[in-house]
Amino acid sequence: MADEPLVLGIETSCDETGVGIVRGTTLLADAIASSVDEHARFGGVVPEVASRAHLEAMVPTIDRALKEAGVSARDLDGIAVTAGPGLAGALLVGVSAAKAYAYALGKPLYGVNHLASHICVDQLEHGALPEPTMALLVSGGHSSLLLSSDITSDVRPMGATIDDAAGEAFDKIARVLNLGFPGGPVIDRYAKEGDPSAIAFPRGLTGPRDPAYDFSFSGLKTAVARWIEAKRAAGEEVPVRDVAASFQEAVVDVLTRKAVRACRDEGVDHLMIGGGVAANTRLRALAQERCEAAGIRLRVPRPKLCTDNGAMVAALGAEMVARNRPASSWDLSADSSLPVTEPHVPGHDHVHEVSNGNLYS
Amino acid sequence: MLLLALDTATPAVTVALHDGTDVIASSSQVDARRHGELLLPAVDRVLAEAGLTIDAVTGVVVGIGPGPYTGLRVGLMTADTFGLALGVPVHGVCTLDGLAYAADIEKGPFVVATDARRKEVYWAKYADSRTRLTDPAVDRPADIAGQVAGLPAVGAGALLYPDTFPVAHEPENVSAAALARLAVERLAAGRELPAPRPLYLRRPDAQVPKNYKVVTPK
Ligand SMILES: [Zn+2]
Repeated sequence: MADEPLVLGIETSCDETGVGIVRGTTLLADAIASSVDEHARFGGVVPEVASRAHLEAMVPTIDRALKEAGVSARDLDGIAVTAGPGLAGALLVGVSAAKAYAYALGKPLYGVNHLASHICVDQLEHGALPEPTMALLVSGGHSSLLLSSDITSDVRPMGATIDDAAGEAFDKIARVLNLGFPGGPVIDRYAKEGDPSAIAFPRGLTGPRDPAYDFSFSGLKTAVARWIEAKRAAGEEVPVRDVAASFQEAVVDVLTRKAVRACRDEGVDHLMIGGGVAANTRLRALAQERCEAAGIRLRVPRPKLCTDNGAMVAALGAEMVARNRPASSWDLSADSSLPVTEPHVPGHDHVHEVSNGNLYS
Repeated sequence: MLLLALDTATPAVTVALHDGTDVIASSSQVDARRHGELLLPAVDRVLAEAGLTIDAVTGVVVGIGPGPYTGLRVGLMTADTFGLALGVPVHGVCTLDGLAYAADIEKGPFVVATDARRKEVYWAKYADSRTRLTDPAVDRPADIAGQVAGLPAVGAGALLYPDTFPVAHEPENVSAAALARLAVERLAAGRELPAPRPLYLRRPDAQVPKNYKVVTPK
């Protein structure tokens, strides 16, 4: 345990400044500063507001994480950072911090993929990831179905949204219902008191000739908005709870149906769900039900580890160290569209190699 | 004493080391789109050139702008984090002051102007290379023509708008060497340097989404 890699991870791909510290698969600290309140009045994340907040929050958040973990920066075996995908300006703040931190401490730097980190974080909750693992990642920024046989080197996209992310649809419907931002938690709350079968909203891309693992939430979003407007136009009251429940059911029905089908088709007996929408109680319940019926083991981290955080980046960084993956170079760039097939951004040469004294071996 | 100075508030990615007597190594590269990639390797190169390692640094000096935000933040975040990791103080210096210092003008007044994009300049007026007369501001060149009329000007912003700045000359971008020398001078004189916080001068662009689009055909 003591010789497992001690890694600090930095995450700034969206509006959360996250700094996490792990030792191998053990979570030691998960410090977060969020600028979500500053975005609320805009109804969505404003990139420049997020970038400014990251710059101000970074040093205090690193400090807090070190205190929480009770470790000294000198003892770290590596620094990991989200290199992409995400908001370009926001990513750049985290990458700049991670590079300076790693360089000043003489530690190796690992630029890692945000999506792979969302999967790897489950190691902190449920232990080593089964190989292969099917992962359903759903948040305001992503809706993907991924298959990984080795989280440090092999992540294969099975399907993804062809339009809006699932979380984005929650935000939009919450706005139409005047429930505020972000929409996920509030829809979940109202839906608990509503009837999920009250209104038959469409299930996108579920026809026999549609791509089996891709998602589409744009049509659903429009259908729900139309339904609400028709009610309002007729002077009738909008049954907010039933709308929330029926909309949510349409989203989670498609997500779980496709995820379970992908597991079956690929002969994978583990499904992990991550991303902010994984905090949705109905998604968790329905996934559990359908996985049980199909003989699949479901792994969903606690909600705080599902949303963007630094611990997930540290978790993947620790895995990079443990599996001896090459460190990144000092000219590592923030790549807003880093492909999911690249779990990390290895250095292109070895001239920047730092002393191996601190490396996990 | 070993000060590490850096600035990313103009298209230049510039780094210098000052040992208390003079600048002992420096690097400047002009590439407005790659501040993030270029800065750390430049720090590494400058230290290697001086035969030193980062542990020897006793203080960090960083240009606080004004400058285009994305690039500006690279330098500030790097300086902040060096300060944290090394346990050394981080000092800010107004980037325009660095340019004024490098211009080496004993008797002004003169103007420093950098490119703020969107057809605007960041600018300030100076009595001489060490004395700023106005707060840094961001304006359209035509709107400040009256205030800068007849004054010589330095910086890329001045060179870019000859109608407003007919007497414009080098330096175009700031150098960390000038920033370091200025900081050393001011610290030696017991003057306090500004905190390493960014001078954005503009509020963030934030489009408030309009009320949701009505999708029902009327
Ligand atoms: Zn995410």
